[in-house]
Amino acid sequence: MAEKQIVDARGLSCPQPVLMTKKAVEKGGKSYEVIVDNGTAKENVTRFAQNAGFQVKVTEDGDDYHLTLSK
Amino acid sequence: MKDKKTYVGIIATGAVIGLIAVALVVLGNPKNMGFCIACFLRDIAGSTKLHTAPIVQYFRPEIVGLVIGAMAMALIGKEFSPKGGSAPVTRFFLGAFVMIGALVFLGCPLRMVLRIGGGDLNAVVGLIGFAAGILVGIFFLNKGFSLKRTYKLPVSEAFVFPAGLVLLFALFLIVPSLFVFSESGPGSMHAPVIIALIAGLVVGALCQKSRMCMVAGIRDLVLFKDWKLLLGFVTIIIAALIGNLVTGNFNLGFAGQPVAHSVHLWNFMGMLIVGFGSVLLGGCPLRQLILTGEGNTDSAVTVLGYIAGAAFAHNFSLAGSAASADSIGGPSINGKVAVIIGLVVMLAIAALNTAKARKDA
Repeated sequence: MAEKQIVDARGLSCPQPVLMTKKAVEKGGKSYEVIVDNGTAKENVTRFAQNAGFQVKVTEDGDDYHLTLSK
Repeated sequence: MKDKKTYVGIIATGAVIGLIAVALVVLGNPKNMGFCIACFLRDIAGSTKLHTAPIVQYFRPEIVGLVIGAMAMALIGKEFSPKGGSAPVTRFFLGAFVMIGALVFLGCPLRMVLRIGGGDLNAVVGLIGFAAGILVGIFFLNKGFSLKRTYKLPVSEAFVFPAGLVLLFALFLIVPSLFVFSESGPGSMHAPVIIALIAGLVVGALCQKSRMCMVAGIRDLVLFKDWKLLLGFVTIIIAALIGNLVTGNFNLGFAGQPVAHSVHLWNFMGMLIVGFGSVLLGGCPLRQLILTGEGNTDSAVTVLGYIAGAAFAHNFSLAGSAASADSIGGPSINGKVAVIIGLVVMLAIAALNTAKARKDA
């Protein structure tokens, strides 16, 4: 099983978290963890990932959101 | 299912903005100016004597409403989050030049959309410039442009700007003699204070919830094929169009448009730097007000930059003048030079923060 790649986009505002996710996903992995710290980024990354065919699971950790992307 | 809710939210917000904007015009605001973040901040700058252009001085309650409405909604939704520190001084200057571009065109992106809904074809020229500017910004985003991350800040820091705004608003209500108010021109035209305030509160709350942004609509469609925010943009146009048709304020054409000019090149160029600068800032002027309410102090600094830019725009005669019976209007040579300088400054900021991103990577 391929290792889960981590995209740390904390402190960044959209579109940057989505752009970082897009760049990571374009490399062709199957499993990612995206960390963001604001609601807008959580929604936008989720929408992007779902459109790209990923299943998204969100867990909250203090002020951060951990988005687990899997195919 | 959740997706559906997202789209309903943005469409409802767009419809409410478009209809409230038309209603504010009926109740006294200048035509096609139910909302205009650039014009309203410029009027506030005028009423506090930061500039002295006699026709654009009024303390617009809509601005207070937008910030406080967004703040209330953010607090209710547990999204109020004090943060900042992402290149604040750079943002101040970007904000100032975005404002100068908007005042050369005569409107922020929101008013551009409302002008299109009123049949003003000059605003379509502005839209083409706006889209071109967004594409320039996207070029740098794809190359790695970033103003770097924000950091968590104390809650008190996030309250400073909204509190200051409320204090000024209270002074406007209690000691109006401190302020200056236009006796003619757009500054003299306004809806009743309480209605303007409530309109701002409602729209501020809805925009916080739905993430409405004029620049992100086109940006996200190009970058990610994401239609969500563009739907809001289009809905505002349709709602304003219907509202204007019903109230008899629809007038299709280039000539005779309210608070507008038909100098195409500078309508295009003005909105080009608005689009470009707003992509670098991460959102349009409306969105910056909303983010200020959410506790983002970088956005608060950006708004201060808009106000400073508006003061310079009138003190240095940079703003476009509206067309009238005996003049085609448009910007003076000063305004044209300022737009070019703004474009150069934005290119420099974009290039410097892209090069740095590469080195750090």
